[in-house]
Amino acid sequence: MASLALGERTSPPAIVHPPRERTTSWPLVDRACYGLCWATGIGLCLIAAAILLLMLVEGISDLRLNLLFESPLPSLNQSQAGGFFDPIVGTFIVTAIGTAIAAPVGVALATWLSEYGRPAWLARAVESGVEMIAGTPSIVLAIFGLLLFARGFFAFLSQSAADGNVTGQSFLVAGTMMSLLALPLVVAATRESLAQLPLRLRESSYALGKTRATTIRRVLLPAIRPGIASGVVLGMGRIIGDTAIITILLGSSLKNQPASGTPIIGTLRGFGSTLTSYVYNNSPAGEGNAPQKAYAAAFVLLMIVLALNALVVRLTRGVEPSAAALARRRRVFSRLSGLPWNR
Amino acid sequence: MLGALSVGVLALIGLMAFTVIDNAWPSFSANGLSWFGSGGDVVTQFRAMQSGTPLPGHSLLYFRAWPLISGTLVTTVLAVAIAIVVSTLAAIFLTEFAPAPMRRVLEPVVRLLAGVPSVVYGLIGILALVPWINEHLISNARKHSVQYVVQLNGQDLMTATLILTVMILPIMIAITTNALASVPGSWREGSAALGVNRWRTIWRVSVRTARPAIVAGAVLATARALGEAIMLSMVSGGLPFAANPLDGLTFLFEPVQPLAATIVKEFAGQQGGAVPHTIYAISAVLLVSALLLSFASWAAKQPLKRYGIGA
Repeated sequence: MASLALGERTSPPAIVHPPRERTTSWPLVDRACYGLCWATGIGLCLIAAAILLLMLVEGISDLRLNLLFESPLPSLNQSQAGGFFDPIVGTFIVTAIGTAIAAPVGVALATWLSEYGRPAWLARAVESGVEMIAGTPSIVLAIFGLLLFARGFFAFLSQSAADGNVTGQSFLVAGTMMSLLALPLVVAATRESLAQLPLRLRESSYALGKTRATTIRRVLLPAIRPGIASGVVLGMGRIIGDTAIITILLGSSLKNQPASGTPIIGTLRGFGSTLTSYVYNNSPAGEGNAPQKAYAAAFVLLMIVLALNALVVRLTRGVEPSAAALARRRRVFSRLSGLPWNR
Repeated sequence: MLGALSVGVLALIGLMAFTVIDNAWPSFSANGLSWFGSGGDVVTQFRAMQSGTPLPGHSLLYFRAWPLISGTLVTTVLAVAIAIVVSTLAAIFLTEFAPAPMRRVLEPVVRLLAGVPSVVYGLIGILALVPWINEHLISNARKHSVQYVVQLNGQDLMTATLILTVMILPIMIAITTNALASVPGSWREGSAALGVNRWRTIWRVSVRTARPAIVAGAVLATARALGEAIMLSMVSGGLPFAANPLDGLTFLFEPVQPLAATIVKEFAGQQGGAVPHTIYAISAVLLVSALLLSFASWAAKQPLKRYGIGA
């Protein structure tokens, strides 16, 4: 203190970084583990690069522009088997239906869980319920959908066979079950962004005399729009990539077969295919066995999914989860010690 | 109104469990507990159900699922065991050792691996990996040694396990990385101040603290592996054969057919008869295991809350 007062030292001492620890001083086992860590990291990169390269090489060499705009034809000859226009349309329809259901329901569920959540036991039950839906295999969801929608009560969603049995297979049914895949992702994203909103947003709205419902609708939900959007896009990715529900709930046809002549409703109630089921059917495991077509369609599918992935990254960029966690911790602390940290 | 919607979610799960188990019941009640046991060939049993003529001395619903159950168990256990090691190492690398440029590459890589649809994994497996393994790894002598029991053609346990491992890695890496990153810095600094080197600090402090998260991630990944149907039905061989670990190395090249893949394979649209009941029984087994696993992952995460680390 005294020396500072005398002004002997005007500039603060330079920050001295300790020398980085060298791994050469480590025991052999530790060094081996360190090497293994590097090997895993590089190995993962290599696997991803191999997948991308394979899909690029095989996909592009078999992809023709006309494939995108032609309907599949029933033929064993690969050059005559048509394109995958119908599957692309099918993917679009199923994703639209699934998202249209999952987005509002998911946001509503998350809002209730985060903002109301009373009674507490019910909130906890619903929370674990959503987690259970997330953990249920999609093939089980598909079987459940078939059991549910093949009842006479739901006949209007699909078509009936000649003997009066409801098939329980249509775009509407598949899209509805697909919404269950996206639902947990939307709920999680919305809840996370709601938890990250600073408390003062809510408090200032209440201070202006707004009710809770108005606050949610006018203040909170608009503020977390990017968070909701990223959850919805993640959900779309899951829907587009799922095959199990499609193979069971969309009938096994490559072309879209409307149930009746009615323009839109007929298609929605009819059978069809998506990119995933097209790839599956044209792989050696399916009936078609047209590997080139399968590669080309898989390439298109992968590109769509990767584009959605990039979109999620764009949407979530700028959101700092650690800052929000910090704010929450500070809030707890200020309540404990009575220090006004935040204002 | 929002509350009613939330109750709807619970009702949906209840309805799902009820409907599936209700429709599966005929198969369970006809076979009793030996449904889970071994006996006879699964394919023969399915064909008998399809044709409507019961196997001699048995009811029409006669079904012994052991080959399928063993297929699910072997693929899942192997994949999760490999994935636990790899994902822990990868998470340590991501949080501690990776230089910034490497991290910038690795994070999109993990996201990419998580985003690839399972049918694309299956396609790569069946068109690229299966022929390669068939030509280079399975010797002709090995094929001849078991040719009267089963055909080895590259659609096997090893291919299925490898691809399954890659598929469940991203979720485990994400969970473990989160947990490692949320270990309080002062805990590690305390260890470093005692002169413990960096690796031992990570291993004894960070990984030890994150252990519940690693377990929870493994449980979630198990649920994912259990329900994977499409990829496994494409690469695992599609032959309900109970691969025998006593066969030595050949074990890895034997075909398997897990439960979920069986549903995809045997499902043929709306049909009457005994096959649907058996399929519903298989999905009931999967559903119950998935529900149990999601409870287990919740239970596994409890110690983290005690440490005051939300992960």
